[in-house]
Amino acid sequence: MAEVEESSKPLFAGLSDISISEDIPVEGDISVPVGSQNSDNDFSTLDEPVKDTILRDLRAVGQKFVHVMYPKKSSALLRDWDLWGPLLLCVTLALMLQGGSADSEEDGRPQFAEVFVIIWFGSVIITLNSKLLGGTISFFQSLCVLGYCILPLTVAMIVCRIVLLGGSGLVSFVVRLIVVTASFSWSTFASTAFLADSQPPNRKALVVYPVFLFYFVIGWMILTFSPSH
Amino acid sequence: MSASQGSTNTNTEPWGSFDDNIIQGSGSAVIDMENMDDTSGSSFEDMGEMHQRMKEEEEVTAEAAATEEDNGEYGEFLGMKGLKGQLGRQVADEVWQAGKRQASKAFNLYANIDILRPYFDVEPNQVRNRLVESLIPVRMINFPQKVAGELYGPMMLVFTMVAILLHGMKTSGTVIREGTLMGTAIGTCFGYWLGVSSFIYFLAYLCNAQITMLQMLSLLGYGLFGHCMVLFITYNVHFHSLFYILWLVIGGLSTLRMVAVLISRTVGQTPRLILCGTLAALHMLFLLYLHFAYHKMVEGILDTLEGPNIPPIQRVARDVPIVANAAVNATIKSIAAFVQSQ
Repeated sequence: MAEVEESSKPLFAGLSDISISEDIPVEGDISVPVGSQNSDNDFSTLDEPVKDTILRDLRAVGQKFVHVMYPKKSSALLRDWDLWGPLLLCVTLALMLQGGSADSEEDGRPQFAEVFVIIWFGSVIITLNSKLLGGTISFFQSLCVLGYCILPLTVAMIVCRIVLLGGSGLVSFVVRLIVVTASFSWSTFASTAFLADSQPPNRKALVVYPVFLFYFVIGWMILTFSPSH
Repeated sequence: MSASQGSTNTNTEPWGSFDDNIIQGSGSAVIDMENMDDTSGSSFEDMGEMHQRMKEEEEVTAEAAATEEDNGEYGEFLGMKGLKGQLGRQVADEVWQAGKRQASKAFNLYANIDILRPYFDVEPNQVRNRLVESLIPVRMINFPQKVAGELYGPMMLVFTMVAILLHGMKTSGTVIREGTLMGTAIGTCFGYWLGVSSFIYFLAYLCNAQITMLQMLSLLGYGLFGHCMVLFITYNVHFHSLFYILWLVIGGLSTLRMVAVLISRTVGQTPRLILCGTLAALHMLFLLYLHFAYHKMVEGILDTLEGPNIPPIQRVARDVPIVANAAVNATIKSIAAFVQSQ
């Protein structure tokens, strides 16, 4: 009885402002299930300032960016997947690839919707393919990995734009080609480091090829991008 | 449930039996809906749902019993707020579970991806062998040839062709109004694969050929391997004569393979002729179409044939080396001269 009351004291500590008319004896099993503790936390995250929530999410996204840039065999990307990072990267890439007026003669430039659709539709196809080949990874985990591995290509896009500021001759083309090729192979390597583990060992090539094609198409879109003069 | 034998049933379950409330069908129209709900479902889905609901109710009541003791006192201490919080959470939980159950039922019924799983059961060396075999026509046409029914290879080939087409459209500066490059490329490739497969399957059904839809899809998909190779080479090296040679050789080989497989599975001269003639025509013409429609060299030819004074090909595709351009110019000039001399 005594230890039951002792363990119950911290639980009632926050209720000191509520007046209790009589001393109600505490009886029974005081083992608090973990659920109610978490529900207390849920209520408290609702009360925290918005800045904290945003910063927490941004920090999670940033951590995953680091995991992509230095692909080691960690399961952090898979365990707590989120789609914020892919959305950010996709929108950034699509905005940067757009850069032209609607009725210009150079209609061959990809529009925002095109890039967006390619990235998400392509990711869905690759995910379905890897699931059909007998993968153990879930749908959204795969989307998360593929989206996050677009980061090197986005960096390459930024570099290409900067290089294009200095003119669009042969030298700039060669530089851009090298940068895009390097980042595209980095993307493919990073995503296969996460995806291929979930496949049976002799079928890795079957999963890698669509990923290679996907990043190749995106890389080629970046390479052939030329800003309107 | 003991609805029908209620009058003679004298069971006394602890929860009280249905006897007093169920009407025996002796002319009275009063039905107690409260008990009808429990006995209404006898179909498979309802039984399954009932079973699941009973299982979940057990869990919920167990959880509620476990937490009730602790939260009973909380309710008293915290006033109404504690009780409402608990109730609200339970209701939300209940709604979530019901929704999840419905969604997973619908999903398992309609969007079951496992239907396609056996068609993707391939090894990399199998895919590689089939790719190579798609260019080798078989010799034995008296014996039905085996066609593998898989969808991985064809799908990857279609997507590769989409990528190659995009590349070709971009380097030739194709302008697409009322649409996007990507949409056009995907539409063309998938439309060809699915559309022509269905059409040839329909013809095969008419001509009594022994081939299933899956096999037709697979056959035509692998036949696109030749197309991919030809397009990849000729979108980068702009020799017209090279294209024609490759069209005949590689396109011809892959068409011959498909045609041979179909012949081996059809009986009778006329059906064979119809089926294989259609397939050969469509397959070869598609390659021709892909080369010319998405690679704007044809503009130069038309300009040249109009009159001898108009210089050939003013509009140059991007990144085309000068040498290849001059070679093409020479070819077209000679063709124009030949036509003019006739």
